[in-house]
Parts: sequence; C-alpha cells; structure tokens
Amino acid sequence: MDATIAGILAVDGLTNGAVYALLALATVLVFAVTRVIFIPQGEFVAFGALTLALLQAGKVPGTVWFLLVLAAAVALGDLWHGWRQRHPPARLLAGTVRTLAWPVLVSAVAFWAAPRGMPLLAQAALTVALVTPFGTLIYRLAYESLADASVLVLLIVSVGVHFALVGLGLYFFGAEGFRNPSFWDQRFNIGALALTGQALIIFIASLVLIVALWLFFERSLAGKALRATAVNRLGARLMGISSSSAGRLSFTMAAFIGALSGLLIGPTTTVFYDSGFLIGLKGFVAAVFAGLSSYPLALVGALGVGLLESFGSFWASAYKEVIVFSTILPVLLWRSLRDPHSEEH
Amino acid sequence: MKTFQLKTLVAAAAALLATASAWADVNIGVTLSLTGPASGLGIPVGNQFKLWPATIAGEKVNLIILDDASDPGKGVSNARRFVTEDKVDMVFGGSITTVSAAVAPVAAEAKTTQISIAPVGLPPEQDRWVFRLPQGFSVMAHPIVEHMKKAGIKTVGFLGYTDAYGESWLKEFTNQAGAAGIKVVAAERFARSDTSVTPQALKLVSANPDAMLVVASGSGAAMPHKAIIERGFKGKVYQTHAAATPDLVRIGGKDVEGSYVVSGPAVVAGQLPDSHPSKAAAVDFVSKYEAAYGKGSVSQFAGHAYDARIVLEKVLPVALKKAKPGTPEFRAALRDAVEGMGRTIFSHGVMNWTATDHWGYTNETGVMLKVSGGQFVVEK
Repeated sequence: MDATIAGILAVDGLTNGAVYALLALATVLVFAVTRVIFIPQGEFVAFGALTLALLQAGKVPGTVWFLLVLAAAVALGDLWHGWRQRHPPARLLAGTVRTLAWPVLVSAVAFWAAPRGMPLLAQAALTVALVTPFGTLIYRLAYESLADASVLVLLIVSVGVHFALVGLGLYFFGAEGFRNPSFWDQRFNIGALALTGQALIIFIASLVLIVALWLFFERSLAGKALRATAVNRLGARLMGISSSSAGRLSFTMAAFIGALSGLLIGPTTTVFYDSGFLIGLKGFVAAVFAGLSSYPLALVGALGVGLLESFGSFWASAYKEVIVFSTILPVLLWRSLRDPHSEEH
Repeated sequence: MKTFQLKTLVAAAAALLATASAWADVNIGVTLSLTGPASGLGIPVGNQFKLWPATIAGEKVNLIILDDASDPGKGVSNARRFVTEDKVDMVFGGSITTVSAAVAPVAAEAKTTQISIAPVGLPPEQDRWVFRLPQGFSVMAHPIVEHMKKAGIKTVGFLGYTDAYGESWLKEFTNQAGAAGIKVVAAERFARSDTSVTPQALKLVSANPDAMLVVASGSGAAMPHKAIIERGFKGKVYQTHAAATPDLVRIGGKDVEGSYVVSGPAVVAGQLPDSHPSKAAAVDFVSKYEAAYGKGSVSQFAGHAYDARIVLEKVLPVALKKAKPGTPEFRAALRDAVEGMGRTIFSHGVMNWTATDHWGYTNETGVMLKVSGGQFVVEK
C-alpha cells in the first residue's frame, strides 16, 4: 500500500463515515429524548433513496401509498381512543384533519408531479417531504402508548417495527435495487486523488446538518425543550414540556435525517429495499461509541467506522463486516469500565 | 331423515368414483414460493405450470400446486401432505434452495422423486432421489473459461458475493481456469448492501489482471462493475448467469458496455445461433409463454417448469410399462427412468442425468453474451 491508495481509501471511508455520522446523530437524538433504540433508522435511508429513484423513473413511488395507509391507521386509532374518552365530535374531527392534512397534501403533490419529470432538486425536496412524516406516524402508532415502558420493551418494539418496515418496503418498492443520478457530476483531481462532486456534497451536507442541529439545540425553544426532556423527563413535564410532543419532534427529525442520508448515498451505491438496515446498524455502532449520549463522540465514532470499513475491505474484504461489528466489543468494555452505572429498567 | 341418507349415499358414491379415477391418473405435487421474499422467482414458475396440458404421454396428469411462502417449514409440511394424503408419484420444487433442501429428506423417506427448481447440494442418500433443473456452476463456468482462453487471458481478478453463490463460483472457476492455464491473481468479496466497493476495486486493479470476473446477481451486479471501471480498469469484465437480467444494464449504463455475461439459452432464445441444440425448445417456450402472459414477461425461472414437462413426457411411458401410478413400484420406476433418460434437449440446455450426476447439464449448454448498445447480444 502506498500513499495514493491510502488516500483514496481514506476519502472513501470518510464519505461513508459522514453518512453514518448523520444516522448516528439521529440514533442518539431519538434515544436521548424517548429512550427508544431506534433500529429502523436505516429504513428511512432506503425509503429516501428508492422514493427519489421512482420519481426519477416518472412513477408514483410506493411511499405515497405507504404514507397514506400509515396516516389512516393513526387517524383511526385516534378516533377510537377519542370516542372511548367521549371527546366532542368537533375535537375528534379537528384531530383527524391535523393527522391527515400533511400526508394527503404531499401525496397529492406527488401524484401530480411524478409523471411530469421535474428537475432533480425539486424531486429531492418532494422525497424529503414524503419520508419525513413517517417519523411521527411510526412514533404515534408504535411507541407513544408505551412511552413509559422499559428500554428493553421499547427495543423489542423497535425490532418489530424494523421487520414490518422491511417487509412493507419489499411490497411497495419491489426486490430490485436502484441507483440515483449524481447531484453533481464534477470530478476534482488533487494529485492522484480523485474527489467526486457527490462526495463533496455528502461532506458539505453532513457538516451543514450538524451545525444546524447544534444551533437548533442551543438557540431554539423547541431544541431546548428536547434537551430538557432528554435530561429529565419528569422534570421537563413539570415545567410544562409535553414529553409526547418531544417524542414526535425527535422522530420527525430522525426521519428527516434518514431521508436526507438516503438522498446523499443513493448516487454512490445501488440501494435495495433492505439496504438500510446495515447502514443504520453502522450508525448505531457509532452511536454506541458515544454511549448513546454525546453528539461529538458519535461523529468521531462514525468517521472511525467509515475508515475502518474502508481499510478493512482493502485488507480482508471477506471479513469486513466482522471487523466493523467486532469493534463494538472493546468499545462496550471501555465504556462500562469508564462510567459504570446500574442497569436501567 | 330419508333424504339425508340419500344425500350421504350419493356423496359416498361420488367420493368412491373420484378415488377410482384418481387411481389411474398420475399425481404430481408442486411446492413453489408464490408469496414471500422469493415470490419473484416462484410466480413465473407457477405461471408456466398453468400452461401445462391436462394429459402427458396419453395419461391424465393432476398437478397439485401449493404455496410454501418462501418458508422451508411450510415447504416440509407441503411435502408431507404430498406423500401421505395425495400419494403423489413425483414432487416438483421448491423454487428456492432452502425449500428444496428442506423437502429433500421427506421425498427420500417416501422414496419419491423430487425434481428441484433451485440449485441445491445434498448428502448422497438424499441425492439419490433428487434431480435439479437449473444449471450448476461448472456448466456455466465452462463457456467463460473457453472465452478467456480464446482471448489469450492469463490472469483474472475475482470480485464476488461473500455468500454461497460467490464461494461456489470461486471454487469452480479457480479449478477450471487453473486447468486451462489461467490464474486467479486476486479474490475479493463484497455484500449486496455494501455502500462502497472502492477498496476492493482498488486492490483488484492494483493486481493488474488481464480480466475481471464479477460474481453477483441482478441489480447487485452493477455496483461492483462500475467501481472497477471507475478505478480505471481497461481489460475485459465477465459477469455470471445471475447477472443476465435487464437490471444490469439499467443500473450499470455505459460502464457495463462491452462486458461479457454468461447465460443459459432460454432467455436469449430468439438470438441463439441455429447450431445451438436448445434453439427450437427455447423459442417454443418463449413464444408460448409470451402469448399467454404478454411480451417481455418471460424469465429463466418459467423455463424450468417448461423443461419439467419435457422430463415427464420422456419418463412417463417408460415407467407406465413397469407399474401402475400411485404404487411404490411406479415411483421407483419413475426415478430409474429419470436417471436413465439420456441426452435430452431442454429449453435451458442439454440435460444428461446419470447415476453419478444429478445436476446433469452438458457443456453445450452455456451461451456467452456481450453487452452492446444496452442489449445482450449472443457472442459467436
């Protein structure tokens, strides 16, 4: 191995690491606020990439139907709950409209826009608008009523949600993979190193998102409310912060980050309906590195996972996943030695 | 009360008649993955079975088609039903390897012939009752090695799935290539869901082989191919038969242009040279399937159900001379007839099952295709 090869490997690893970093941040965010270990985080990546691919092909993506079905399920659940609580009809109606308005609106736009072949950026925006509401809907359907359950129960629910989403993904997107066109086809040559425009976009987008997240948590009221909930749920509730709306907000942000990651990674690889799981899992390894609590450490961990994966593939491609996932063991050991705390139930 | 008794009598008589007629017919159990993750492979097979005639070789043939939902457990219960309740003379299926492997012990225990629609490796005592319709790796590696020999290629880089498909290819290809004086200088693995194969491509390209062999399936075969080209590889790139689908070109675009893909003859029926033995059978299969299900609907998996009928046409007359359908003697006679069937033209190639080889395809089977202008063109 010479410097050129090492350089190419490093660029490749950091590019993937930047995407893992986004997913790791989303995982940490969701866990801190709701104590849910959100395994299906990766599914949003696949949904984002595949939705854009189908829009590119001029078809109405399966995401639209999926979204409408989920929204209808949540609305029905709310109606049933409200009816049992004897809420007045006007309130029931208002709740239903609030749940359905956005999904129906976005779906209508998707139906209108799909055959018209809009520019790539408009389709990307539509994709994000379609995938982001999944976060809240999944939270309300699967987790909200269990908000006070133990971490273990929530983890088991996550596994169930993961399998459901992968199965439905197969139904709505089909078994074949798609590759999206690059957002920017430019190539930059720095000596023997070639940097693609897409890789540059990945770096810049990740950086912008990380800064935006930091600003959100430091400067905005909603961000501070999320942080308060993360620090102490009961205390935040006593201060008038609704823990369920904090949960919905964090899941929405997770879905948004997932969809964006899907757009970023779609042009660099072929994405299948089930590709998201492994990508999300690598984000999770990085999040574990950060003890599921520190955003900067998650970023470092994700870049490390990307580099490890890239160099591991070069030296021993047959054992690549083994190398990446085995590193979680020493990390867990180190974490439990560094800050031992009793099991939380 | 009186009418009730009359009804029961009629029903009993009808049931008796039904059994009597079933005695003379040949019963075939078919277990396919019509739902579940592997339904994409199973559904076309089921479609082709629906096109079967009611009688084969002058005998009425009852097909009992059950869905195993891509689940080996369900496949086993289907197989148990076939051998205990339906007393079938032969079992076709499953359409995926895991189901076939699960059905095999049941078929062997009931001494019933199983014709698998998926490639499956088995221990010898089960292998006795199992015959396979898809081509094995050695038959598909043969045309690639021949083509490389002709092109004067001496060194090859291997980039394949890190699963059974990749490993079997690596083993088979290394053996055959070694015999032809071609050396595999680097072997790298990847998984379908990998976000990048750049590191593997780097290592392969730096080994500087004359050609590359990519072992992957469907749309998953395009990503490694693109990565190799992106790293500046200028030599020939070969792909295996699992990549011979339009998805390779759909995703690979201009990067896969000019590469070579090995394939069974059925999917390129119209283009086969007249000298290929399977030409007539393949054209017949494709035209009939497309007449029933629309143009462009044909897939290689449906071809296996077409070939299954050819098997029955050949073996039924032989077995019928020895015993009556529904008896253990008939089932044994069927197995012997399949094993001694001899050289037979399938839509998928030339089959020659023998006592020692239950895979059976001869080396006349494979066809080399070249990607040219976004189309697969037969390389002559």
